[in-house]
Amino acid sequence: MTDAGRIVAIVPAYNEAGAIGDVVDSINAASPAYDVVVIDDGSHDDTAAIAREHGAAVVSLPYNIGIGGAVQTGFKYALERGYERAVRLDGDGQHDPGELAKLLGPIERDEADIVTGSRFVDGSGQYRPPLARRIGIIWFARIVSLLTRQRVTDTTSGFQALNRKGIALFAGDYPNDYPEVEATVLVFKHRLRLAEVPVTMRERETGRSSITLIRSIYYVLKVTLALFIAMVRKYAVPEEKVASS
Amino acid sequence: MTPVKISIAAAIASLLLILIVLELIRGRRLKERYALMWLVTGVALLVLSVWRGGLDTIAGWFGVETYPPAILFAVATLFIIIVLLHYSTVLSQLDDQNTVLAQRLALLEQRVDHVTSGTQEPPGDAS
Repeated sequence: MTDAGRIVAIVPAYNEAGAIGDVVDSINAASPAYDVVVIDDGSHDDTAAIAREHGAAVVSLPYNIGIGGAVQTGFKYALERGYERAVRLDGDGQHDPGELAKLLGPIERDEADIVTGSRFVDGSGQYRPPLARRIGIIWFARIVSLLTRQRVTDTTSGFQALNRKGIALFAGDYPNDYPEVEATVLVFKHRLRLAEVPVTMRERETGRSSITLIRSIYYVLKVTLALFIAMVRKYAVPEEKVASS
Repeated sequence: MTPVKISIAAAIASLLLILIVLELIRGRRLKERYALMWLVTGVALLVLSVWRGGLDTIAGWFGVETYPPAILFAVATLFIIIVLLHYSTVLSQLDDQNTVLAQRLALLEQRVDHVTSGTQEPPGDAS
């Protein structure tokens, strides 16, 4: 089994050769307790090689399976290796590893099973995304808050910390596009405890958000449908199965 | 009453469908599991084109009085929708399985790389 103090830092990355090196370094600089694993989602650039050079473990998917599948690969990795705690941050450098300790707080105090870093929870209003994006974020926050009967302010944040229960849940079942929104409902349905802590996010370092307007409309519709389905869906109870090594 | 020519043409078409499907199964290009719905479709259409009185009766049930062969189209469309829906579920299942396979492969590959490259234990893995 893994040393109980170790925390796995899951970093999904798709064509992030320009940012991934700094991301890995900054996580390692934040605390020596993190084992960084980069999930390379079928990148066409040197993402995997650069991450490896910077000392991260790299799991390379044979082809692009989408953000949800990539993140889930990280949770499976964490489950197999016996990690008690995991953090998840994006490979483009928008999440500051310095804030990870804040995310882990409620986990360590056993107040929550899954903690999300929210850009909106304290209303500091520092983060001003473009209008279309903001509408989408608020729309999902409202619906999810309504469905889960709990105030959720940032459902699209991929900045998270989880305990073993959260890892096992997501390793067994994780949605695909815009997975964080639906995952919130998943957490609620499985009666895991969800918490939000305020964080600030940095501007993207390289690359652009892969979302265009028409795509956003399509995703908003699709994820909204998925949300309501998620409330009535049949769930397989995820079992904590650790692959023998 | 259904025109005889239509009945003959429809019967030939349904027979062709059945024969093609059977041939595809024989040549192992189609699995029985996915062929079954096509065979049911072919047989249903064949029965309705040969059994002319039956087609008229069924048309009567649905208030189709002027042109009973319309029922042939309706039945064919219904079966095609069922087949397509079935394929969508098969596709979704394959999609899921494909994702699981890719994940397993990637995780195993990572383990193997660390073992064969003779480096120290992969981070965090003391097992």
